[in-house]
Amino acid sequence: MGKVVLVTGVARQLGGRFVRRIQRDPEVDRVIGVDAVPPAHQLGDADFVRADIRQPAIGRVLAEYGVDTVVHMDVTGTPLGAGGRTAVKETNVIGTMQLLGACQKSPTVSRLVVKSSTSVYGSAPRDPAVFMETTPPKSLPSGGFAKDACEVEGYVRGFARRRPDVAVCVLRFANILGPSADSPLAEYLSLPVLPTVFGYDPRLQFVHEDDVIEVLRIAAHEPRRSTLNSGTFNVAGDGVLTLSQCSRRLGRPTVPVLLPAVTWVGQALRTVGVTDFSPEQIRLLTHGRVVSTAQMRETLGYEPKYTTAEAFEDFARSRGPGLLPPGALAGAVDRIAAWALPLPGGGGDAKTTHSAG
Amino acid sequence: MADAKVIPFDDDRSRAGAPRWGRRRPGTGGGRRSGEKGAPTAAGEPGTAPGGAGARDAAVSPLPGRPADDAVPGAEQQDVKRGAGGGQGSAGGGVERDWERRIAGGLAFLRRRITGEYEVDEFGYDEDLTDQVLMSLLRPLYEKYFRVEVKGIENIPAEGGALVVANHSGTLPLDGLMMQVAVHDNHPVGRHLRLLAADLVFMLPVVNELARKAGHTLACAEDAERLLQRGEVVGVMPEGFKGIGKPFSDRYKLQRFGRGGFVSTALRAGAPIVPCSIVGAEEIYPMLGNAKTLARVLGIPYFPITPTFPWLGPLGMVPLPTKWTIQFGEPIPTDGFPPEAAEDPMLMFNLTDQVREQIQHTLYKLLVQRRSVFF
Repeated sequence: MGKVVLVTGVARQLGGRFVRRIQRDPEVDRVIGVDAVPPAHQLGDADFVRADIRQPAIGRVLAEYGVDTVVHMDVTGTPLGAGGRTAVKETNVIGTMQLLGACQKSPTVSRLVVKSSTSVYGSAPRDPAVFMETTPPKSLPSGGFAKDACEVEGYVRGFARRRPDVAVCVLRFANILGPSADSPLAEYLSLPVLPTVFGYDPRLQFVHEDDVIEVLRIAAHEPRRSTLNSGTFNVAGDGVLTLSQCSRRLGRPTVPVLLPAVTWVGQALRTVGVTDFSPEQIRLLTHGRVVSTAQMRETLGYEPKYTTAEAFEDFARSRGPGLLPPGALAGAVDRIAAWALPLPGGGGDAKTTHSAG
Repeated sequence: MADAKVIPFDDDRSRAGAPRWGRRRPGTGGGRRSGEKGAPTAAGEPGTAPGGAGARDAAVSPLPGRPADDAVPGAEQQDVKRGAGGGQGSAGGGVERDWERRIAGGLAFLRRRITGEYEVDEFGYDEDLTDQVLMSLLRPLYEKYFRVEVKGIENIPAEGGALVVANHSGTLPLDGLMMQVAVHDNHPVGRHLRLLAADLVFMLPVVNELARKAGHTLACAEDAERLLQRGEVVGVMPEGFKGIGKPFSDRYKLQRFGRGGFVSTALRAGAPIVPCSIVGAEEIYPMLGNAKTLARVLGIPYFPITPTFPWLGPLGMVPLPTKWTIQFGEPIPTDGFPPEAAEDPMLMFNLTDQVREQIQHTLYKLLVQRRSVFF
C-alpha cells in the first residue's frame, strides 16, 4: 500500500509545485492538498480539500483519507490575497497548533515535515558568523514571521516529544528565490531602487525553489540508505552573496539610509503597499545571516543543485534588467579600456580607489 | 621611555631596509600590486644603490647587543631583491608596459566590482577588495608612518591552520591592522591573517562592513574554530579591551588573557599557537586618563584622554609616529594533546600562561633592543 500525503498551503506557488512533483513518485498513492482558498494553479491528480487549518476540521480530513505523511508548508511571511499580518500570524501559529493536535490524535500519521526558515536564528552583531542547527540565537526575533517560525518550531518540538513514533523533520530554509518566489526578500529585490542600511553590507544566502522541492521530497519519503531524515536541518545554497553584490548583479542602484531613518522608510513603503518591511526583515538587511549546511549534506544526504549565486542568477534573469544593467556597465569599462590602454599613463589608480565601496 | 639602551651605528638603515625589501616576493598579488612593486626598479638603476648600502650594513652588522639573526635575513633579502631587479632591467623598456599593466589591472578590478562578479566567503571576506584596496590604504601607514619591522615571519606555517596570539594596545586597534599587513606583505606564501574582533566592531556602521570585508570576524569560539578548521591563519588578541584601553603607565604589561578560550579552540583544531609581540603600538595614543562616565553614556568600554585627544578635536586623533616592531615567536604545537585535553582547565591555564609569558618575555627583549620610541 502506497503513501497518502497531505500538503498544507497548496494555494501558493511553492505548495502547488510540490504537490505536482510528489504525486509522480511511485511510492505515493494519493496526495491531498489543503488550503483555505482554492489554488489558482493546477494540482494535477491531487485531491484539493478546502479547509482552514485553523479549524478543527483538519482532524476529520486526516482521518477520512488515512493520511500517513503530513507536509506542513503553510508557514509563510506574506499574506495570500486579502488579510494582513494578523491573518498570517493566525495561520502560522494557530494553524500549526490545530494541525499538530490533529496529528497527535491520528493513529495513521507516521511522518511530519515542517517548512521553517533560518530566520529563527535572528540576526545580531553578537552572533557567530555561521549558524549551526544547534546554535542558540543571541537575540530571539521580536516579532513578524521570524517569531512565528520560532513558535511553530516550539510546538513541533512539543509534538515530537509527545509522539516519539512519528518521524519529525524541520527544514530551515534560507531565503527562497527562483522565478516564481513570492517571499518578502524577493519582493524587496524587485524594487527598482533598493533602500539599504547605511554602513552595513549583510551577507545573504539563498536557496533555489527546485532545491526546496527536492529537499521536501527527501524528507517526506523513507530515508535512503545511510541517511537520516528526521531532525532539524538548515537548507541553503553554497556560498554567500553580500547585498551590494546582489544589487550590482541585479543592476539595481542602492540608496543607503541611516539606521534610525530605516524604520520610517520601511513604514512608508509598507503603507503604500510596496513591500513588507518588518523590523525583522530590516535586521536581516542590516546584519545578514549565514547558516552551515553540513548536516543537510552529511545526515540528510542532499547536495543542492544551485549555489547561492546560481539561485540568485536564476532569480535575476526572471526579473529583467534593472536601471544599471551589469552588462552595460561592463561594456562601458571595456570601452574605456580599449580607449585608455594604448596610451601610457592615465588615471588607473584613481579609478581603483574610487570604486572601493 | 628610559628603555633606550644600545645604539649601534648605522643600524636604522638596515632595519628600515629589511621590511621594505622583504615585501618583494615574486609572482604574487594582482596586476596592480606587482606593477607598483616593479616601478622603482624599472625606473632606473638607483635601486641597486640602497641595496649596496644595505648589504654593507648587513655585513658590518653583528654588533654586541643585537641578535645576529636580525642581520642575516636582511642580507638574504638583499640578494633576492637584486635578482629580481636584474630580471626587471633585462626586460627593457618596462616602464610603458608596466603602466599598461597597471591600468589594465585597475580596469579589470573596476569591471569586477561594478558587475558584482567577485567572491566573498561565508565570513564576508572579500579577498579581491582586501588585496587591491584595503591593504593599499593601510600600507603607507605601515611602511612610512610606523615603519614596521617584522621578525620571525617564518614562524607562521606555510599551510594549515595557526592561531597567532598577540598583545593588544594603543587605544585604537591599529596593532591588529598592522599585524594583518605584516603577514600579508611579508609571508613567503602570502597567507592572509583572519583577525577576531570585539563585538563592538560589528555594531558600528561602516566599521563592521569594512571589518567583514577585510576578513575579520567576531571573537567567539565558533568562528575561531571554523576558521582554524578551514586551515586559515587566525589572529587573536586575548587581552581585549583590558589591553587596548589600559593607561599609559601600564604600557607593555600584559593584562589577563581572558578566560584562555583561545587555547582550547587551538587544541580542538590541533592548530599551533604562534605568540606575537608588538612593540610601538603602546605609545601611539598615550592614554593618561579614562572618562568613565562619558564612556558609559556613549556605550563604549573606555573614553581615552591623551595629551592631545579631546583637546585638539579631530587633530588629536592623529597617532604619534612611533617605530614598531612585530615579532612572531616560535610556534607552540598543540597536536600532541589527547582530544579531551581541551576540557582540562589546569592544562588550559598552564598553556595560557606559557603563551602569555613568552609574549611578555619577547616584549621586554624587544624593548631593551629599542633605541628610542620614535626611531
